Amino acid sequence: MSEATLKTGHVTGVNGNLVSVEFHTSVIQNEVAFVQVADGARLKSEVIRVRGKEADLQVFEATNGIKVGDAVEFTGALLSVELGPGLLTQVFDGLQNPLPRLAEESLFLKRGTYIYPLDDKKEWEYTPTAKVGDEVFGSDEVGWVPEGIFHHKIMVPFGWLGVWKITWVIAPGKYSIRTTVAKAVNESGEEREIKMVQAWPVRVPISTYREKLLPVEPMVTQVRSIDTFFPVAKGGTFCTPGPFGAGKTVLQHALSQRSEADIVIVAAVGERAGEVVEILQEFPVLEDPRTGRKLIDRTIIICNTSSMPVASRESSIYTSVTLAEYYRQMGLNVLLLADSTSRWAQALREESGRLEEIPGEEAFPAYLESLVASFYERAGLVRLNNGEKGSITICGAVSPAGGNFEEPVTQATLKVVGSFLALSRDRANARRYPAIHPLESWSKYKSTVALEQVAYARQILKNGNEIEQMMKVIGEEGTPNSDFVTYLKSEFLDAVYLQQDTFDSVDSACTAERQEYVFKKLNQILKKEFTFGDKAAARMYFAGLRQIFIDWNYSAWNSPQFAENEKLLDAKLAEA
Amino acid sequence: MRKIYHRIIQISGNVITLEADNVANGELAEVRSGDLSSLAQVIRLNGSRVSLQVFAGARGISTDSEVRFLGRQMQVAATTDLLGRIFTGNGAPRDGGPALTDNMVEIGGPSVNPACRIIPRKMIRTGIPMIDIFNTLVESQKLPIFSIPGEPYNQLLARIAMQAEVDVIVLGGMGLKYDDYLSFKNALDEQGALARAVMFVHTAADPTVECTLVPDMALATAEYFAVQEHKRVLCLLTDMTNFADSLKEIAITMEQIPSNRGYPGDLYSQLASRYEKAVQFKGENGGSITILAVTTMPGDDVTHPVPDNTGYITEGQFYLSGGHIEPFGSLSRLKQNVNKDTREDHRTLMDTMIRLFAQYRDTLEKQAMGFRMSAWDEKLLKYGRLFEEGMMSLKVNIPLEAALDRGWKILAECFEPAETGVKTDLIKKFWPTAKQDDAE
Repeated sequence: MSEATLKTGHVTGVNGNLVSVEFHTSVIQNEVAFVQVADGARLKSEVIRVRGKEADLQVFEATNGIKVGDAVEFTGALLSVELGPGLLTQVFDGLQNPLPRLAEESLFLKRGTYIYPLDDKKEWEYTPTAKVGDEVFGSDEVGWVPEGIFHHKIMVPFGWLGVWKITWVIAPGKYSIRTTVAKAVNESGEEREIKMVQAWPVRVPISTYREKLLPVEPMVTQVRSIDTFFPVAKGGTFCTPGPFGAGKTVLQHALSQRSEADIVIVAAVGERAGEVVEILQEFPVLEDPRTGRKLIDRTIIICNTSSMPVASRESSIYTSVTLAEYYRQMGLNVLLLADSTSRWAQALREESGRLEEIPGEEAFPAYLESLVASFYERAGLVRLNNGEKGSITICGAVSPAGGNFEEPVTQATLKVVGSFLALSRDRANARRYPAIHPLESWSKYKSTVALEQVAYARQILKNGNEIEQMMKVIGEEGTPNSDFVTYLKSEFLDAVYLQQDTFDSVDSACTAERQEYVFKKLNQILKKEFTFGDKAAARMYFAGLRQIFIDWNYSAWNSPQFAENEKLLDAKLAEA
Repeated sequence: MRKIYHRIIQISGNVITLEADNVANGELAEVRSGDLSSLAQVIRLNGSRVSLQVFAGARGISTDSEVRFLGRQMQVAATTDLLGRIFTGNGAPRDGGPALTDNMVEIGGPSVNPACRIIPRKMIRTGIPMIDIFNTLVESQKLPIFSIPGEPYNQLLARIAMQAEVDVIVLGGMGLKYDDYLSFKNALDEQGALARAVMFVHTAADPTVECTLVPDMALATAEYFAVQEHKRVLCLLTDMTNFADSLKEIAITMEQIPSNRGYPGDLYSQLASRYEKAVQFKGENGGSITILAVTTMPGDDVTHPVPDNTGYITEGQFYLSGGHIEPFGSLSRLKQNVNKDTREDHRTLMDTMIRLFAQYRDTLEKQAMGFRMSAWDEKLLKYGRLFEEGMMSLKVNIPLEAALDRGWKILAECFEPAETGVKTDLIKKFWPTAKQDDAE
């Protein structure tokens, strides 16, 4: 973005966080502006509508104290994030301010305080890979630095059009991110500098890759009911709608810890601050079993909780996905967890209401669907220009009003995701966690276990449910014994496989290998013919079987205890 | 030096509009009309037109009322003199005591930086098993009590306030019936707790706008005690549905587009900015704010916008129905932080008892439909009865450990160990072996 001469304006009206400004020269839609308040604060804002000589700005802060006539400066730059080494392990707000460094100044989030997101003093061990004379395009690698275990590529700025010829490269060594590491010239002779850091406007997808591919390879989450029944692919999208109390956040936390992704971006969008704090405090100490390093080393947290200003909540979702795209460009698999997209939609609704736009369903703006779709479309598996693959998997939590999935945000989301994990209040009330409903949920991706086994298990669940409904009408005594056993089987399957203890270190992490092994055994049980004298005996038998199976789930993979419990299980099976 | 304005150009609901300059968004003004005088707050600026919300209501305001801008935002006195005092929603004394004017701080301040928060790990014991075992209350938690009108929610609130170990109690009453206000006051007085309490009370007879100020006044006060005085503060708010209804009234007056059943589109943000004031600060003597807020559910409908939005904001909820805390739907999201350190059987017992109680409820349904009860059903029926008497009744007042022991006893009286689905090692340790304490 070029440095235009300073453009100014003055405030003409205030309505909530929407400020009307008369501008003196020109403005750009979505450019960043600062409102100068009498108490000295400069409030960051974004142009969201222009009418005649007036621009409407959404202010990313509380608007108390703004007066008519207050000065406004326009920056000429779209709302952007800084991309470079040092993003990992950080905690940002929706505008990429590092929260821990803000905390050094005040306990409270004082408005008008903005801090550069990256550490520009820290020196990185830089190794150039491009040579003078090389022809490069936007997003091609010119060098790299180690960031934790990752090979952090320094790339030609994504926005550079056409072909560039490298004219100069820096020698290997330790440099800070603002150092020019290479220079390049384009066909018309313009020379530009490449630094370790570049800015990118958040609302524009980074699209300098060769092609988008079909996501097929499963992304293992270690949550049994997801991986086996409702799998997610690397580069896929899925959503977890559910009423409050159904365990959305606990599930998201489990995903953020156990998923087999290189980078995890946790976006807390308009949700409780307390939940983020758990991540903030636990990730630096929890070990990532895949790498042996700490979980925080592969994590970025974007935190714009519910009490933080609503406009930056709206932008935080774009900030998160832009950071995800940046790491995808390095050939990594990124998982973005957005909790909750409904809060984002509500932020849009608040803004739309203040703009006095004609409301759509439930007063959400008419363009809600297209915005939801274009957000999820930023996920995907891509082949990069250098032939490598990178992916972004997006999981959006949805918080439907009243737990009713018919509402606009859930419906708009269902149209564009590849897997739907319906969280059910009934299951949560019965403490059947994770509360993913086995009959309502669906997935278009490929399971980690054999398809035929999944289909059989699903049929048992379906039949069991029908029999249960029937039993409510005709009673237990009127149900044939064979049906009753099917019902017990489906309850058994639910108890020992669908339900999983997130707070137990063994049970919470079920690898693909273990799932395959255990599910095979489970299938044998489901397929086995049982005959019992009466229903009480059947119930008693399955209760015992369940007990052993649960103990088996709690024993570490391939430990002596695991083998022992399996023997007990086989013995119990031989009984019947 | 401040100008006095005399020409009001619009009066609509409780909002007046006049032409004025050099006015800041959110600024307070004093409106005088004859003998009437009220505070008002700027809620919208449009060119030289300024819209103000009049706290005492616009009734009786004349077009030539005097309006004087005060050059400051709404404030509350941050001083320990607050203790033992009772105020109205806009901070005027309700108890006949002197007005407090020292060390004024703005209300509705910014939220705490999430990076400054810590994971709350201190349990608040209440002596109520449905809370202590099943939905443990944790210091700095924000929890609503969802209730149908008519349930004893204010009594429950008062009981928790008395029994919980906290330093300061801040009560924010919104649309409170006058008798409820008096019974709160008497309850605190009887237990000698009034001296460590501050009350901001808006009664049902007071102007609507004042109702919307109560949570901010109460929470700013709580924040002062927690941050400056390092106190453990329990903030009680009742009833948040009245607060939301006041917001609705004002939003409609301002011709905002309603989103759901007439409530403004920012209801979630409005509620969240209040509830998120609940916090635990770092350090040995770091203070904390715990929020318990009554939310009455119109028509016992949890999907009504107020309880619904609240549920997404708070860290769980207590459902009050039929005079007891309902095991289903009630939830404390922070219980995991504390119930692993109480006793090793706490979590398992909690899950098992609730799961079995769910089956008991199913059996009750079957029984109501006239089905023959199987042996298993009979066991469940017995269990359900014992659970309701020994755990759910609000009359029960025993410490957590005694309640856990009672839980195992109830299980042993009704079931074989394998029927409970409890891990074998816990069964070995806690299952009461002698069954002689059965009746007969």
